[in-house]
Amino acid sequence: MILNTKIALTGGAAAAEALRQINPDVMPVYPITPQTPIIETFAKFVADGEADTEMIEVESEHSAMSAAIGASAAGVRAMTASSSQGIMLMAEMLPIASGMRLPILMFVSARAISAPINIHCDHQDVMAVRDAGWIQLFCENAQEVYDNAFIALKLAESVRLPAMVIMDGFITSHSVENLEILEKSAARNFIGEYEPKNFLLDFENPKTFGPVSLPNSYFEFKRRQVEAMDKVIGKYLEICGNYKEICGREYNLFEAYKLDDAEKAIVVAGSTAGTAKVAVDELREQGEKVGLLKMKLFRPFPYAAVGEALKNVKKIAVLDRTVSFGSDAPLFSEIKNSLYQIPDTKYQIQSCIYGLGGREIFKEDIRKIFQDDWNGKEIKYIGLK
Amino acid sequence: MNNDLTEKFAPGHSTCAGCGIPAIVRTVLGATSDPIVVVSVTGCLEVTSTLYPYSAWKVPFIHSAFENGGATAAGIATAVKALRKKNKIPDKKRVQVVVFAGDGGTYDIGLQSLSGALEREHDFLYVCYDNEAYMNTGGQRSGATPFGADTETTPAGKNSFGKTEKRKDLMSIVIAHHPRYAAQANVAFLPDLKMKAKRAFETEGPRFLLVLQPCTNLWKYPTSEYVRIGKLATETNFWPLWEYIDGRYKINWATEKPKLLEEFLKTQGRFKHLFKPGGEKVIVEMQKEVEENWKKLVNLAEI
Repeated sequence: MILNTKIALTGGAAAAEALRQINPDVMPVYPITPQTPIIETFAKFVADGEADTEMIEVESEHSAMSAAIGASAAGVRAMTASSSQGIMLMAEMLPIASGMRLPILMFVSARAISAPINIHCDHQDVMAVRDAGWIQLFCENAQEVYDNAFIALKLAESVRLPAMVIMDGFITSHSVENLEILEKSAARNFIGEYEPKNFLLDFENPKTFGPVSLPNSYFEFKRRQVEAMDKVIGKYLEICGNYKEICGREYNLFEAYKLDDAEKAIVVAGSTAGTAKVAVDELREQGEKVGLLKMKLFRPFPYAAVGEALKNVKKIAVLDRTVSFGSDAPLFSEIKNSLYQIPDTKYQIQSCIYGLGGREIFKEDIRKIFQDDWNGKEIKYIGLK
Repeated sequence: MNNDLTEKFAPGHSTCAGCGIPAIVRTVLGATSDPIVVVSVTGCLEVTSTLYPYSAWKVPFIHSAFENGGATAAGIATAVKALRKKNKIPDKKRVQVVVFAGDGGTYDIGLQSLSGALEREHDFLYVCYDNEAYMNTGGQRSGATPFGADTETTPAGKNSFGKTEKRKDLMSIVIAHHPRYAAQANVAFLPDLKMKAKRAFETEGPRFLLVLQPCTNLWKYPTSEYVRIGKLATETNFWPLWEYIDGRYKINWATEKPKLLEEFLKTQGRFKHLFKPGGEKVIVEMQKEVEENWKKLVNLAEI
């Protein structure tokens, strides 16, 4: 029987609520807007005895990830949260966490990166580290932030890779929304006790973590990491299935919204999917065959499933909340790759860049993308003045 | 090799002939019977002891990056606390988290991480083996390189006498964090190092050891000479042996008549340019600095 509770929380508080139920062993934390409410809310839980996590208020994000690596290697559940410049500062440590196969969980409140400095939402921070060997899961709203915390943790521990749960800075992290939370025992049972395979504090079987690897072995290490990443999609679907049993909600690699018979589709990740759904609903009422593909799992990227879902769509607009200088925008590039795998499809695909540095995107902008005539030859900048 | 010495660090490492780092590691780790986790940062020790698929470490060991010895130790020491709460580590069983890092990883790139870990009062021992330059990359100047030294990035030449800045006073920086224990030691004085390591292991909270480690490659002397040259560093007061215990300073070795710094300098290729015409002024300045530092230390020790 599902005994869930409905409450209203911001995305950041939803992350903290999930953390309260997970009760991680160690959390090194460092403040940065718009992530800070996550660690502040959680610190209050610890202060009130609602979680007994050991928090370390480190002196930088580089140290946050270094301490998380130390703790995770030691054999405990280690988690943190960050944004923007924090992600950039810890960028050195992210491939080390994945290379050492440590299932660290990190919430990211996605934000623009400098220069010029800007504290508002876009996806440049998480996209800059998309090849760091981390699992990346995008969230549309507070409910998904909460749910993905459990899914990502279980997934990370099952394949021994670190995972990021990504919410849109301010838009999701600071907006109050209704969501359902699990009963604590159901949440605890779902994640179970952590049993590390190899760990540093195993004094009977001392291990060396982070050795020097020369050209005769390094390549094999990386190949094994690829193999671990290859297992993620299957494991993710299995875990989503198990999670549905306790939460009642369906989770998939992505959300296909009114896509079955769609002639035109938008592909987007994050909170803008919510706006896009309203636009789709309105256009559907007017008889237009439009749909939406909302990305969830971005790393590893589910090429085959995405290609399959989009293969009958004639016109596809891919919305990236980031820019890739001198290259295709990341989500656009992945969607093109997905479709390239499908033989004999005839489609037009358009790259749209929107919302950098927190620039608003409205329902009307999305309707316009659906209705405009475009040929995909040039990038469209939505909302650019 | 002696079984006691190799109990925690095996002989199969690849440090250079005449390198004192293994002696530092063995002396420090030999001073406790508690379970140990070793953290090392990128540098000579890490690259010469963990060449996959081999490891010289018979105790748990982790290396993750260059500038994060303090933070890595913080994560491990905190994991120990978390496991103790869950009764996964018995209450009475002390776990020693020991960092070994070079001067580059400590004075320079790792200073912030060390500072944070000291300030947060984690239960760990940080040992800096100080060979006074970036030796894993082949001898570039660091914040630990003494004034007047010839290095790959501060070469002596027609218009240069080597490094033009004084060495960073790392001990004062560490002590400004009010650690539980801090000491300056020298690989050429192993019983003194052992005594300090023992005291450090018996103390809880943040502890720090700065150990001079003459490097044959940078300092340029015959590999058989490292103990003699290390001794000269202390006998000239270039590298005094002292401790900081609960706010008090204690000098561990002193002589009525310290040798002239020249005695130390002339044994090493990195200072040989100072013995050519024009170098005298630099030596005078170096001697003055040594005397001033010694006076300061003596004054502190008398407080």
